[in-house]
Amino acid sequence: MELTREEVLHIARLARLGIDDAEVDRLQSQLSDILGHFAVLSQVDTDGVPPTAHTVAQCNILGYDEPISSLPIDAVLSNAPEREGDFFRIRAVLE
Amino acid sequence: MTIDVCAFTIAEAGRLFRAKELSSIELTRAYLDRIEAVDSKIQALMTVTGGVALNQAKKADAILARGEGHPLTGIPIILKDVLCTKGIRTTCSSKMLQNFIPPYDAAVVERLHACGAVIIGKSNMDEFAMGSSTENSAYFTTRNPWDTSRVPGGSSGGSAAAVAAGLATAALGSDTGGSIRQPAAFCSVVGLKPTYGLVSRYGLIAFASSLDQIGPFTKDVADTALMLNAIAGYDPRDSTSVPQPETDYHGCLGGSVKGMRIGVPKEYLAQGVTPEVKAAVDAALKVYEDLGCSIEECSLPTTDAALAVYYIIAPSEASANLARYDGVKYGFSYKETDSMWQAMEKTRAMGFGPEVKRRIMLGTYALSAGYYDAWYVKAQKVRTVIRREFDAAFERYDALITPTAPTVPFKIGEKAADPFSMYLSDICTIPVNIAGLPGISIQGGFHNNLPIGLQIIGKPFAEKTILKLGHAFQQVTDWHLRQPQL
Repeated sequence: MELTREEVLHIARLARLGIDDAEVDRLQSQLSDILGHFAVLSQVDTDGVPPTAHTVAQCNILGYDEPISSLPIDAVLSNAPEREGDFFRIRAVLE
Repeated sequence: MTIDVCAFTIAEAGRLFRAKELSSIELTRAYLDRIEAVDSKIQALMTVTGGVALNQAKKADAILARGEGHPLTGIPIILKDVLCTKGIRTTCSSKMLQNFIPPYDAAVVERLHACGAVIIGKSNMDEFAMGSSTENSAYFTTRNPWDTSRVPGGSSGGSAAAVAAGLATAALGSDTGGSIRQPAAFCSVVGLKPTYGLVSRYGLIAFASSLDQIGPFTKDVADTALMLNAIAGYDPRDSTSVPQPETDYHGCLGGSVKGMRIGVPKEYLAQGVTPEVKAAVDAALKVYEDLGCSIEECSLPTTDAALAVYYIIAPSEASANLARYDGVKYGFSYKETDSMWQAMEKTRAMGFGPEVKRRIMLGTYALSAGYYDAWYVKAQKVRTVIRREFDAAFERYDALITPTAPTVPFKIGEKAADPFSMYLSDICTIPVNIAGLPGISIQGGFHNNLPIGLQIIGKPFAEKTILKLGHAFQQVTDWHLRQPQL
C-alpha cells in the first residue's frame, strides 16, 4: 500500500492541514507503512455483515419540545480569537 | 497529624474524616505538599488548582462536620486535562488549546462537585488523547513513578502516574482504545473503562465519539466502585447516554466468586506478549481457580484485525471531530494573513502536533471519495464481526481475562520513531472499545519492579461482575498495596 506524494497533498488539503515538504515525505512513508498493516482487514469475510457505527442499540433519541437555557453570550464568546459585538469576527469568506 | 498520603484510599480517608481524625483541608494540604515535593520528578500535572481545592476542602469539612456527605466528600481528585472545568484552563495537552478556559463543567465534574469532592489538579496526557505514552503531549512527557526512565502509558498517563505517586486519592481519565487501562497497568493502579453509554461524555473533549468513555483511576477496586457510583448515570446532554437502573457498584463487592466462569481468549496471549506478562496472567488465573472459578481457554479469532479496525475508525471520527479547530470560535488562531483558507491551514499546522496530524490524515484518507467503502465501511463491518465474537463468548463466560498490555512499561523514546510499534501497545485493550464493553485493569504483579496489569472484560453494563472479580482478587493478593519509591 503506497501512497503517492500527490495523494498526501490532496488529503492534507481536504483536511485543511498545512504541511511542509519534510512533513509530506514523512507522512507519505508513515501512512503507507500503517495502511500496509491494515491489509489484514481484507482477510475477514464480511459478506452479508452489516456495519457497526456504534455499539449501543439506541435510535431516535427524542427530547421534550421545551426551551432550556443556554450559556450567556459573553461566556460563549469568552474564548473567541476575535470578537465584534455579540459575534465571532472572521475573515472574508468570499474574496 | 502527619499524613503519609502515598497509599491512601478513598475508603481510608473517609473513615478518618468520619472519626474526626483528619479533615479534608489537612488531606488536601498533604497532597499539595506531596505534589510540590515529587511532581517535578514525574511531571504528571498540567495545572495544580491549589486555591480552588482548599476552598472546596473547607466546604467539604463543613458538610462532614454536620455528619453528612457522600463517600467522595472531601476527597482530592485529579482530572485528565481532556475534561472541561469551568474557569480552569483545559489544554488537552495541545498547543491548540493552550489558553482555553471552558465556560462550563463536564458532566462528570458536575457530579464530583455535587458529591463534595475536591479538584486538586489537571493531568498531562497525549495530545487530544492520541497516544500510548504521554510522549505526544505538546508540553512534556510524564514519567513512570516506578522507573522514571520509562513511560507511564497513555493517553491518560498523567492521571495514572498521579494516583500511583500519591498526588491525589483518585483521578479520572478517558479511554478510547485503552487510554485508562494501559496506563493503569503501567503504573500499578486500578483503571476502569465503563460500558459505552454508562458515563456521560458531556464536556469531554471529543476524540473518537463511538469509542470514547470516561472512567476512574484508584488504588484499589473498592475505590473504583465508589468513583463509579459518583460518575455513572443518564444524561440527556449526551445522546449516547443509556438509561440504566440506579446501581450501587460498591454494595455488590465481597461475597464469593465461586462458580463464576472465566474465559481466556488465546489470541491475547499470542504474539508480542512477553513471557513475564504471560507468567503473571497464569499466576492470576491460578488465584481465580483457587477462589472456585472455572477457567477455560477460548478463541476470539478476529482479534488480529482489531488494531486495523481501530486505527481506521478512531482516526476517521477524529478527523471529523477535530475539524472544529479552525481558529474562529476558540483555541489557537493564526492571524498574520487576510486569507481565510490560509489562516485555517496555518492555525491547524501550528496548533496540532505530529501524531494528531497523522491521525487526521489517516482518517481523512479513509473517509475520502474512492476509499470510504474499502476502508471505513469495511472496518465497520469487521467491527460487527468482533462484537459478535464477544457476544458468543459471553454466552459461555461471565468474564474474560487477558493481559492489559503485552509488555511492562517501555523506555521513553523507545517507540517514538515508529508509530505502528506504539499502536501495538494497545492491542489487548482496543477490542473492548470496539465492542463497547466494560474492562478493568488491576494490579497483576511485577517483573524487575516494573508493573504488570491484568484485564477483566465483562458484558455490556456488567460492571458489577468485573468489579466483584477484581475485588475478590485483591482480597487474596497484595500487588495493589505496593507503592513506588520516589
